[in-house]
Amino acid sequence: MTRYYTQDHEWIEVSGSEGTVGITDYAQGQLGDITYVDLPEVGAVLAKGDAPCVVDSVKAASDVYSPVSGTVTEANHALADAPELVNTEAETGGWLFRLTLSDPAELSVLMDRAAYDAFVAGL
Amino acid sequence: MNAPNKAGWRPAMGDAEVTASPTASGDKALMLEEPLIFELGRPGTCGVDIDEADLPPMDALASFLRAAPPALPGLTEPEAVRHYTRLSRQNYAIDLGPFPLGSCTMKHNPRLNEKVARLPGFADVHPLAPQQTVRGALEVINQLAFWLIELTGMHGVAMSPKAGAHGELCGLLCIKAAIAARGEDRHVILVPESAHGTNPATAAFAGFSVESIPATADGRVDLAALKAKLGPQVAGVMITNPNTCGLFERDMKAISDAVHAAGGYVYCDGANFNAVVGKVRPGDLGIDAMHINLHKTFSTPHGGGGPGSGPVVLSAALSPFGPLPFTARRADGSVVLIEEEDAEAEHPQSFGRMAAFHGQMGMFTRALAYILSHGADGLKQVAEDAVLNANYVLRSLEDVLDAPFGGAGPCMHEALFSDAGLAEGFSTIDIAKGLIDEGFHPMTVYFPLVVHGAMLVEPTETESKAGLDRFIGSLRHVAQRARAGDDSLHGAPHFAPRRRLDETLAARKPVLVWKEQAGE
Repeated sequence: MTRYYTQDHEWIEVSGSEGTVGITDYAQGQLGDITYVDLPEVGAVLAKGDAPCVVDSVKAASDVYSPVSGTVTEANHALADAPELVNTEAETGGWLFRLTLSDPAELSVLMDRAAYDAFVAGL
Repeated sequence: MNAPNKAGWRPAMGDAEVTASPTASGDKALMLEEPLIFELGRPGTCGVDIDEADLPPMDALASFLRAAPPALPGLTEPEAVRHYTRLSRQNYAIDLGPFPLGSCTMKHNPRLNEKVARLPGFADVHPLAPQQTVRGALEVINQLAFWLIELTGMHGVAMSPKAGAHGELCGLLCIKAAIAARGEDRHVILVPESAHGTNPATAAFAGFSVESIPATADGRVDLAALKAKLGPQVAGVMITNPNTCGLFERDMKAISDAVHAAGGYVYCDGANFNAVVGKVRPGDLGIDAMHINLHKTFSTPHGGGGPGSGPVVLSAALSPFGPLPFTARRADGSVVLIEEEDAEAEHPQSFGRMAAFHGQMGMFTRALAYILSHGADGLKQVAEDAVLNANYVLRSLEDVLDAPFGGAGPCMHEALFSDAGLAEGFSTIDIAKGLIDEGFHPMTVYFPLVVHGAMLVEPTETESKAGLDRFIGSLRHVAQRARAGDDSLHGAPHFAPRRRLDETLAARKPVLVWKEQAGE
């Protein structure tokens, strides 16, 4: 399993052609208390950069962009009752959706952890 | 201070004692603890004497008959009046003090407007009254339309939209109709990062897809990035000018020219028109449509005090597509309402209607009274004083609050600060809550999103220098406490009827319906 990061503060963990997407701990810290997560439908076909997901916090509503293209296979319905999981477990239990990657080559432009940490440090 | 009592002398009276023993009523003299209306009164009590129904029973509806009376609160008339008056005393209003909400233009509503709006010929007019019986009201709508066109340098105006976002929708529907009339398929609306949230929402609601344009380091639209996005798929752009960073978009004419050259239209969000009214005509900047918030720039009641009204001025290119109905002056001088039955002859390309009737009559009378009582010189001074006041706030506070665009020159009608420089653990929300203790409504917070922990202060032109100094003194005091790490600020407000509310819990688990017992 390999984890990648985007400049829009999403992470994707990839195993074979399956990916799990969430927002980073840095992102949840910037958003503040999450109050609602609008999740994509299973079967939704996403292009890289589409915004299938909206995260509402006490400060703002923010789009989450899909780091890669693919088809949604599962959404994290635990977030319906406990949106705070995105705050407390952003990079584990607070994942947003899973998808089947249609073009794994898209991963090559994403950052690894070290590159993402350096990117955040420069913000 | 110029006040006669410079030393602030008062006879010894003693201050309120907040820690005295609790009262039996829960009230503390004039600090009132008011129950919900459902917790008041008694079933069966009614403030009015309603006749017994003398209609024959209708068998067809028998299954819908109520078995029990509805659970309405049973109050006498004085109980109902007192309930709402008591609640109003816990509220903050523009008649109590400054309302510094950025992007909202919460200004004083002159009482002259109210006097005019209450004249029976305007106050009692019915939207379905025959036209020949409401000539005066039609004349008011037409005169206001004339002045809005005059002030903006545009070609036409749609008076019926009910408020800002409704006006945005009206403008985008005009753009959509104009593009359809050209037989083209353009589906993208460009919106800058700092836009009002309603802009992308309106574009999406009107069936467009939204693409965002980045800002430059000095808080303005990136013209090169905008040009790079233009093309045959772009229907138009939505730009707020002055923008939500409180800055004038200097490249507005170049933006309009580029968008027009690419075949698109320019929508301007007119929420901030107060900063430029009488000084800049949007028509001269190449704008095709702009809503005007009468409840902001033209001082009709706002913020719970009254309905909005958002007429949309239109360029010659978009005017043919504007909504019905609208007023028109005939050769004999009379003003008539152009409706569907006249549309084929007079306005065949209209996209349809925005509302059942012709608009917010009560707001039209107030706005026209405001325009006529200020005159051309007065309206110009409105913009000048609004900008002067905002710059006074900006420069008076930039030593204690970070002003991210303070170095970019003067601001327009609103001063923008960030949370940089506050002590560790302190944020914008602490400043906002501290201002409540100081007796002020907080400024707009966490907007625009492009500034971290944004605080957007719009003083408007209606605050005196003494009033501004008081506000600045309070905000300075709170900001200094946040810089110094004064822990008690985390507990603010201390003196409001309620302490700091759990906004996260309220958003996650809202209680929207009253229940007789909690927890049911």
